[in-house]
Order: sequence, then C-alpha cells, then structure tokens
Amino acid sequence: MDARLRQLQRRWVDCRDALWREGILDSMFLELQQLQDESNPDFLLETVALFFTNSEKLLRDLFSDLAQQNVDFKRVDAHIHQLKGSSSSIGAKRVTNACIAFRDFCRARNHIECLRCLQQLKEEFLLVKNELETLFELENQIVAAGGSIPKVQRRF
Amino acid sequence: MGVKMQQSHHLVAVKLNEQVGTKRGYTFIQSNRAWLPKFLVLSVVVVAFSSMSIYNSMDADIKVRRKDGLVSMCDQRARMLKDQFSVSVNHVHALAILVSTFHYYKNPSAIDQETFAEYTARTAFERPLLSGVAYAERVINSEREKFEEQHGWTIKTMERQPSPVRDEYAPVIFSQETVSYIESLDMMSGEEDRENILRARATGKAVLTSPFRLLGSHHLGVVLTFPVYKSKLPPNPTVEERIKATAGYLGGAFDVESLVENLLGQLDGNQAILVNVYDVTNSSEPLVMYGHQYQEGDTSLLHESKLDFGDPFRKHQMICRYHHKAPPSWTALTTAFLFFVIGLLVGYILYGAATHIVKVEDGFHEMQELKGRAEAADVAKSQFLATVSHEIRTPMNGILGMLALLLDTELSFTQRDYAQTAQICGKALIALINEVLDRAKIEAGKLELETVSFDIRSILDDVLSLFSEESRHKVKLAVFVSDKVPEIVMGDPGRFRQIITNLVGNSVKFTEKGHIFVKVHLADQLKGAPNAHTKTCLNGRPEEDILISGGSQFETLSGCEVADERNSRDTFNLLIAEDLFNSVDSKMTTNEASENVTVMVSVEDTGIGIPLRAQDRVFMPFMQADSSTSRTYGGTGIGLSISKCLVELMGGHINFISRPQIGSTFSFTAVFGRCKKLVFANVKRPTFKDLPSGFKGLKAVVVDGKPVRAAVTRYHLNRLGIHVEVASSINRAAAMCGKKGSLTAGYRHPDLILVEKDTWMSSIDNCISSTVTDWKQNGNLIQFPKILLASKLSASELEKAKASGFADTVIMKPVRASMLAACLQQVLGIGRKKQPQKDMHMRNGSSALESLLYGKKILVVDDNKVNRRVAAGALKKFGANVECAESGNAALELLQLPHDFDACFMDIQMPEMDGFEATRQIRLMESQVNEQMKSESAVEIMKGGEWHTPILAMTADVIHATYDECLKCGMDGYVSKPFDEENLYQAVAKFFRTKPV
Repeated sequence: MDARLRQLQRRWVDCRDALWREGILDSMFLELQQLQDESNPDFLLETVALFFTNSEKLLRDLFSDLAQQNVDFKRVDAHIHQLKGSSSSIGAKRVTNACIAFRDFCRARNHIECLRCLQQLKEEFLLVKNELETLFELENQIVAAGGSIPKVQRRF
Repeated sequence: MGVKMQQSHHLVAVKLNEQVGTKRGYTFIQSNRAWLPKFLVLSVVVVAFSSMSIYNSMDADIKVRRKDGLVSMCDQRARMLKDQFSVSVNHVHALAILVSTFHYYKNPSAIDQETFAEYTARTAFERPLLSGVAYAERVINSEREKFEEQHGWTIKTMERQPSPVRDEYAPVIFSQETVSYIESLDMMSGEEDRENILRARATGKAVLTSPFRLLGSHHLGVVLTFPVYKSKLPPNPTVEERIKATAGYLGGAFDVESLVENLLGQLDGNQAILVNVYDVTNSSEPLVMYGHQYQEGDTSLLHESKLDFGDPFRKHQMICRYHHKAPPSWTALTTAFLFFVIGLLVGYILYGAATHIVKVEDGFHEMQELKGRAEAADVAKSQFLATVSHEIRTPMNGILGMLALLLDTELSFTQRDYAQTAQICGKALIALINEVLDRAKIEAGKLELETVSFDIRSILDDVLSLFSEESRHKVKLAVFVSDKVPEIVMGDPGRFRQIITNLVGNSVKFTEKGHIFVKVHLADQLKGAPNAHTKTCLNGRPEEDILISGGSQFETLSGCEVADERNSRDTFNLLIAEDLFNSVDSKMTTNEASENVTVMVSVEDTGIGIPLRAQDRVFMPFMQADSSTSRTYGGTGIGLSISKCLVELMGGHINFISRPQIGSTFSFTAVFGRCKKLVFANVKRPTFKDLPSGFKGLKAVVVDGKPVRAAVTRYHLNRLGIHVEVASSINRAAAMCGKKGSLTAGYRHPDLILVEKDTWMSSIDNCISSTVTDWKQNGNLIQFPKILLASKLSASELEKAKASGFADTVIMKPVRASMLAACLQQVLGIGRKKQPQKDMHMRNGSSALESLLYGKKILVVDDNKVNRRVAAGALKKFGANVECAESGNAALELLQLPHDFDACFMDIQMPEMDGFEATRQIRLMESQVNEQMKSESAVEIMKGGEWHTPILAMTADVIHATYDECLKCGMDGYVSKPFDEENLYQAVAKFFRTKPV
C-alpha cells in the first residue's frame, strides 16, 4: 500500500515536472494553485474544467469558422483573443503561444496558415488537457489512497 | 518569433504603403506629365505663328505707308503736270485770240509771217513745253485758188506733195521758226490732224492728238489744236455757228517727254519712282505718252492718277511705281525674331520648370513613401519592443514567482539576502524593460514626472544591491546619504532611481579597480564649509595634508585618486563635520521652512575616465567616447542623455568632472518637495523596504583606518538606529573601551564591534594576539559580537579570522542597511522569529493587500469565463467580495446608481462594448447623478461625497499608449494580466488607502 502510494506520488511528480519542463505551463498556474485554500478547495479544478469546456467550444467555433467559404477573420480573431486570454490566465503557455502565432496569421488573412495554426492549437490544447487530466487523476488517486500531494513549492 | 515579427512588420509596411498610395495627391502638372513635350512643341509653333503675325502686321503697316507715299507723290506729279500743261494751253489760247484779233478783225491784217514768227519766238519762254506753234487758215476748196495766188505757193500735203482737191484745206500760213518746215502744209491732210481740227472747231476748245513721235525731236508728243474764229461768237454758239465762224486753227506740238522729264527733275524722290503717262482714250489699248512700256520696276505696287489736259475727248492717266521692290523691313524682322526667341526661351523655361516640378514631385512622393516606410518601421519597432518586453516579462514572472516561493521556505540569513537580492534585481530588470519602453516617450518630450513620497535612502539601497554582485570583485561600492537630507521627499522615485542606476551602472562598467561612491547631500550644505575648502586648496597639493599615515594613498574611499578632488574633499569635510554633530538630531536642525529641497547627488568612480575630446558630447544621445568603447564595454550610449533630460525635468543640472585614467565624478542636483511629517507617517508604502527597528539604542564601535569608509559604515548603522563611534585602529578601540569602561561609570559599553578587513589585516601581525588577550582579560569585552567587514575574503582568511576568535560573522561589502540588519539579527538574535515573518509580509504585500481589500465589494467585468474566474479567485483570496459581469452592458446595469461596489476591474477588449466605452458610460452616469445630487441637497455630499467608482483596466498589453487610453476614458488605473500581487497592490492602494480600512 505504502509502495503504491509512493509510486503514485512519484508519477505525479514526474507528470508535473514534464508539464514544466516542456513549457506547457508557466508561473500563472502556480499562482492559481496558491489561490486555492480551505474556503475554496476546488478552485483550481473548477477553473481548469471551465477552461476545458470553454476552449473546446471555442475550438469548435474556430473550426466551423475556418471551414466557411468566406472566412470572417474578425470573428476568428475574437475567438482567438478569448482563447488566448483564458489560456494565459490558466498558465497554459504553449496554448497561448499558439494563439499568438495564429492571431498574427489571422490578421494577415492567411487562410492556409490559419488552418495549420488551428491544427497546432488543437494539438497543444489536447496536450495540456491530457496532461492536466492525468495530473488531477493522479491527485485523486493519491488522496483516495490516503496520501498527500507533494508540496509544489519545494520543487522549484 | 522572428518570422512572426517580420511578417507583422511587412504587414504594417504594406498597409502604410496603401495608405500613402490613396492619399497621394497628384498636382495638375504631375497628372499631365505626358503632355509636356507636346506642350513644348505646341508652344514653339504658337510662338512661331505669333511672331509671323507680328512681322506681317508691321510689314503691312510699312506697305501702307509706302503706298501712301506713292499715292501722294504720283498725285503731286499729276497735278503739276496738269498745271504746267494748262498754263501752256492758256498761252496757246491767248495766241489764238491774238491771231483772231490782229489777223481777222484788223483789216488789213496786222500780222504776217514775220510778225508771228518774231512774236512767237519772243514769247516762247511762256510755253516751254511747246516745241513750236503754227497757224493754219481755213481754206474752202472754192477759195483755194485765190488763196494760193495770194500767198504764192500751193497747198501741200504732209508728204509735201501738192494737195489733192478736197472740201476744205488748212494750210499753215504762220509758223514759229522752230517749226517753219510745216509752212504751207495742209494740216487736214493728216488723218489724225484733220479729226482734231474738226473736233476743235466744233467744240471751241483745245484738243489733243494721241501721242506720236514728233517730227523734229523724235520725242513722244501730242499736238494741241485751237480753233480761231473770225467773228465774235454768240454767247452760246451752236456747232453750226462755230464751224461757220471758224477762220483757222492754231496748233502747237507738246513735247510730253521733255515736259515730264523737266517736271520730275524738279521734284524729290525722282530716283525712287518710275512714272509712266498713258493716253487711255481707247481704254483697251493704252498709248504711251511718257516712259517705257516695259521698263522694270516694282510691279506689285502701282498707282494711277487721272490727268485732265482740258480735252474732254481724250483721257490720260499717270501710272507711278517704285523703281525698286520694297526692301525687307529690318525692324519688323528683328522684332519678330526677338519675339520668337523670347517666346522660345519662355516656352523652354516653362517646360524646364514643369519637368523640374515633375522631378521634384516625384522625389517628394518617393520621400513620402520612404517616410511612410520609416514610420511603418517605427511602428514595427514599437510593436517589436512591446512584444519583446512582453515576452521577457513572462519568463521573468516565472523567475520572480519562484523566488517568492523560495523566500517562503526556511533559509539562512545569507541565503535569504541572496534570494531577496535576486528578486530585487529581477524587479529592477522589469523596471528597466519598462524604462526602455519609456525611452521613446522621453525623446518625444511627453514624459511627465510623478509626485509621490518616497525614501531616497531605500532607493539608493536598491541601486546598490542591483550592482553589488557585479562590482563586488573589482571595486568598492558605497553609498552615503547626509543626515540633513530628509527621510521622505516628494518626487518621482522611478526616475530618480533611473538616473542613479544609469550613473552607477556607467561607473561600474568603466571601473576596474578602486571605488564607486554615491554621495547624497543637500545642495546648500556645501556652502557651509567653504573655509576649510579654501584652506586646503591653497596648499597646492592639498591631499598631502590629509594623507593618512598608513600609506601614500589618497584620502578617498578606496585610496585611489579621483577626478574631482574638490568635491571629494568637500564631502570629506562634511563627513568630519557630521561626526562632530553626530549626537545631535541633525534632521531637526535643517531648515524645514522651505517648500522644496535641492538634493545633490554625486557618483564618484576611479574608472578609465572620459577622454578629453569626448567630454563635450557625453550627453548627446548614442554617443560614446569612441566606437571602441561600445566594443569593449557594450551599451548604447543613450543612458546619459536620458539622465540629462530627467534631471532637467526635475529642475536640476547634471555635470561631470573627468580625468582620463583617474576617474569621473558625475553630479546632479534635483529639486524635490519636502514632505510634511504628518503625511509621511501615513504614506509610507510597504514597497519601501522597512528596516527593522529592533536595533535602536545599540552602540557600536567601527574600527576603520579610513575616515571616509568609516563614515559610510556609520551612515548605514545610524540608519538602523545604532549609535556609532569610530576608532582608527583596534588598539585605539580597545583603549577607548577599556579606558572609558573603567573610568566612567555612566559610560555604556559598546554592544558590537565592526572591524574593517584592511585594518584588521594590517594589525593582525603585530598586535592581534595581545589585543585579544587584552580583551579577554578585560572580560567584559569578550561577549561583544565582533563583525568583520570585507569586500572579498578568501577561505583561509576567513579561517584565520574565526580562529582568532575575532569575528562572529563576516559582512560582505558593499554595506547596506538591510544587509547589516540581517547579519545583526543573526548575530544578536533579535527578533529572530518575528522579524522575518514581518519582513516577508511587507515584501509580498499580501497582508497589506488583504487589509486593503478585505470586505470590499468588487465587480469584475470580463467576457472570458476563465479570466473572470481567475480574477475573481485572486481577489477573493484577499478577502474581497467579488461579483462578476460578462459584458460591458451587464456591468452598466450592475453599476446603476446607487450601488455598493467599491471598485470595478474591467477587461479592455470585449465584444459589443469594450472596456473604454463601458467606462465612459459609467462616468457619464456618475456625473449626471453627481450634478443632480449637488442641486438637491448638501447633506448627501456630506454623507458620501461624489460618486466615483474606481475602475481599473485589466489588460495584457504593456504599451504605454494603452495606459494613456485608459486614463483618457476615465479609468483610475491599470492592472496587467495575469495578476501579479505587487502590481495589484500598487494599483489598488492608490485609491483605497485614503479610506479607513
């Protein structure tokens, strides 16, 4: 039992380290974590879940926008702006960066590059989603196993 | 990233080009440039035509005059000819009357051939044109015989043959001698003469023949015939009566040729004109009377004048023409030619001007395009700056966040200091990035200075710590602030810091050994010690007087020579002076009546100095001493020019004294507002690094051989509230303690001793052991914490110091109050538990933020769900009561007055209604209500004052333009996303601190 917990904890640490090492998250995520306290224990989870649903909707919108014959680049720009804002709030750095690149092409009205960027954006989003979900899942398992989440701060 | 930037740059450039293209206004000339050569040709043709017409009109004028001349000359000649002719005719007429009177009325006749000949010869001068006159009597055939008998000759014909029988004869009976050869010739035998005779007697007037060659002279001439009547005629005789009364005929031959020749000879212009006289009785066949039919002359111009010789049957005319053709008119020709040339020149000049204009305009457009491109590049540059600084800020946030977390952990004091320094440096770096952004603003002259209260000393500490790591290994870096400088002043701390950072940064960059010494005092303080100064100056090499016995070094911080000795010495004097008045609270003695305080800051270094030839352009932007400087030391060279601008904005001056290879001293003055005591108690911002107050009342002895260095150490200790005594050597310190300790009961023993490393090293060999034993014996000295001050210390030296029991801890230079405080805490154990906790809180501002925000009701407006949630979460953490709105309209509804929100955080970029617009509408609403309230009652105002909900913009942009825009539409501040506690605090503190918490 103890060994399993330790293993879980190690996996959690690896997973989180990967998030940082690969630049998927930045310090904003840490600040979010700090905002979570006893009075608001699920803040981070809720926020991230909100981010996921919100971003999925935006991505769907972007796909349908870019599939149009005459692309309304203003609309696309607005969507990208939204996504960029929420991703930077979460600290999903690579999503933010993808948004910035996407926005530049959108402003240049480069349809082909936009499509490529959207694809990349989608991949980045799925990556961060995947990683974060794994992380949260591990956390749940650790808590269920009666362990505690390793302190974040000490690691850096 | 690079590709991205390039693309956006390209985009901007293209956009601008399009703009320029549409804006470009073509002038008339420019738009018709293709027509210019055609215009030139056209103008040449027009000029040619007009000069031709000028020539023609002038020529026509001349022709008219020529013709007029011809007409008048011709008429004149005709008139004279006629006159002379009629004079001759009159004479012949008179002769006829003479003949009729004396030949027919007298009986017997009074005239015979002899008489007639003589008379006519003697009166010939009266008839110069007549070659001769003769009288022929009318003889009827029946009377012929009688007549022939009477005269003794027969009537002959013109051919001198005896006349055949006719009805009538007209034999010449009297004749002038010149024509005597025609006597007895029958005049009627010639056909023409006969007709003449018949016509003459019928009309009673003189008649002329057509011209013929005269017999004698062979000149062309005419014969004039006059009838002579034998009886007096009735007043109106008929033709019958006339014929019947005819007695004879008087004839004369006119030599027309001589006549005209004479006449012309008398007149001017004889050479110029050619005269012909014609008999044009038969108009189809004019007969020449004078002149040659085919004589050459100007056939283009001729004039005819009528001649009336008194014979109605015959018609004569005179035709005149010029001998020569009209010569070409030189005036007309020249005028026309000149006109043509001038016209041509004018045309060419216009053409040249037009092409020049076209060329200039082309150049202008090209320039405009280039300007557009340059502007686009400028825009791209700003964008680049904004983006890059944004990109830099993101990792910096990471670094700072990590440092913040690091500081939350258990650290030793030294580690804590390092971490704090790192954090401060990081923050300074972000500040520097903002300063880079500000640079453009400074250059545009749009910079405005803040006026807030701040602590000069803490700023200097910050600057010092910024450079301490860099300079530790090569130079001594020290700060000294005179006690007379107020603790808190009003001004722009950021800019003040920027200037000092720049000056110190330069010094650090260019100084390899020696020291960098920042001194701050009041500008009028120096005036206090002029006497000491003059005295030292009189000595030629004044430093010799003040050289300490320890070695041949200069009396400066590091012992190196400095550029501005005078300044250095003044400061030195001040330090000495302050030493004397140390116990007095000097802050109370300064003149606090004045509103402003002029602070003088000098930064002294012992670097490479500035070459003399470069000294006059030190403050020019982008100028470095020489190009190798930037290669060796880097940098852009803009810092000093910015500093100069800033100093001037602060109402001061900046100048410097520099000696190559010795060093430079930059000094500037700045005017700050004096802060009232009451205010700064409240205003003290948590961002100021508060020094712990636990050391108040302690007493320390500083052992240092150099007064300047000792004064600096003393300054920092004084700031901690520690009373300081200075001893120049360990022995003296020991003596001082020992002596005083034993002799004076009231004397307090020092609580700690600080020993400068150099002083310690110099004394270590000879007397350290004895001193220490001395101290040990004294007993009461042993418990003093002893601290060693050093800028570098090798491990062996440290061991040595520890072994000798001398130093409890080592303080690395440069000395800073906070560093000192941290070390002293460790050594003395004061507030070990409490202090760091407080320290951390003050640094983070968390508690302060909490106290500010607790219980406040705050509205967060953002269309982005996630952002809204994060912002709300952050604010909630600090105890705020947060409500959210997802659009500008929703916010407007929630903020309908009256409401109980204390503040509003507003996203800028939102669909439908953006943050700017929403703010504008909120402000409009508020001002309306405020107006209403004012008019309604004064009570309301007493209660709540005016409505003004603080609105803070939330944006990820860091460009100042956005900030300006925020303020313009009525926002109160600006928080950059993602939230950063300190940033949040600074923004919120502005308008919450005045309200009671």
